[in-house]
Amino acid sequence: MKEVNTQELQELLNSFANKDVFIHLETTNGSYAAHYDEKFFNAGAFIRNVKLRYELGKIVDDAPHRVGLKLEHGWVYAQGITHFKLDTEGRLLMAGLDYTGKLAVALEISETPFAY
Amino acid sequence: MTLQEERHVLVVYPHPDDEAFSVAGTVRMYRNMAVPVTYACLTLGEMGRNLGNPPFATRESLPDIRRQELVAACAAMGIEDLRMMGLRDKTIEFEDDEKMVKLVTNLIEELNPSVIYTFFPGFAVHPDHEATARAVIEAVRRMPKEARPRILAVAFANDTVEKIGEAPIVVDIRSVKDDKIKALQAHASQTAWMMAETEKRIDDGEVLSDSWLNVEKFYPFTFED
Repeated sequence: MKEVNTQELQELLNSFANKDVFIHLETTNGSYAAHYDEKFFNAGAFIRNVKLRYELGKIVDDAPHRVGLKLEHGWVYAQGITHFKLDTEGRLLMAGLDYTGKLAVALEISETPFAY
Repeated sequence: MTLQEERHVLVVYPHPDDEAFSVAGTVRMYRNMAVPVTYACLTLGEMGRNLGNPPFATRESLPDIRRQELVAACAAMGIEDLRMMGLRDKTIEFEDDEKMVKLVTNLIEELNPSVIYTFFPGFAVHPDHEATARAVIEAVRRMPKEARPRILAVAFANDTVEKIGEAPIVVDIRSVKDDKIKALQAHASQTAWMMAETEKRIDDGEVLSDSWLNVEKFYPFTFED
């Protein structure tokens, strides 16, 4: 993955619009957050291989970036995106890595299902 | 404490690297005694957070990296029977409980272990650790009392000592410390930062009293019936 280039990532988001795609969306503080800091309220969410179709995908040029997908009946968005890659299987992998290199958020888009 | 001979040792943990932190030294000592050891690793740590910055992996490539690290760590520990059980990181507690018990029961029936190493329920911090421990304990609880393997469990929640006291079983692993370090180093995606910090402290001439390189501590899990 490399750091977000807004124009390049916008073109990739456009390329998946109006197609049936599989989504991986994840936010996380890690399972140990409340172990290291007992005052920490640990929350996160995870969906994987949910199939949807978006009519408009947009990245906002404000780092760390926000990426939103407008669907026929709703929305998907991720906040804190720093890195991206179109992998060898043609999947668009976006992630927000914190200052120590730990993943805090991920949004991935693929025309084929992700592994289990 | 010196380790006693065992018929077969079964290690059950959910993530590649759980075994390196928890039992690498103990396992290496068993292997040096020619005791057979099977490690059932339930997931490939697919949801690990550390991808580096700049990143060395993606969410999708991490499992392959961690599989290779796990194989290398097992080589360092002398584990020849590694079972990768194919579950997904952070989902074990949401699996069907009976399926999880059956998974452990099948391993016990096949291997007939005399002791199982896993986590201690209630004091294992990570939801996958807790779910793994519950499955192991339920599988053993269902066995006839006289046929049950012993369960030696790792507990590291912050309130462990307060609630259940100091670990009664302390294995001195200093003789195999280098092998434990190798096992930890094998899990580089997870441990590189920590290992670099430790090496720097050694280079700085600090006397390391890190207990995790000198001893491994276990709580026997006992049943009331």
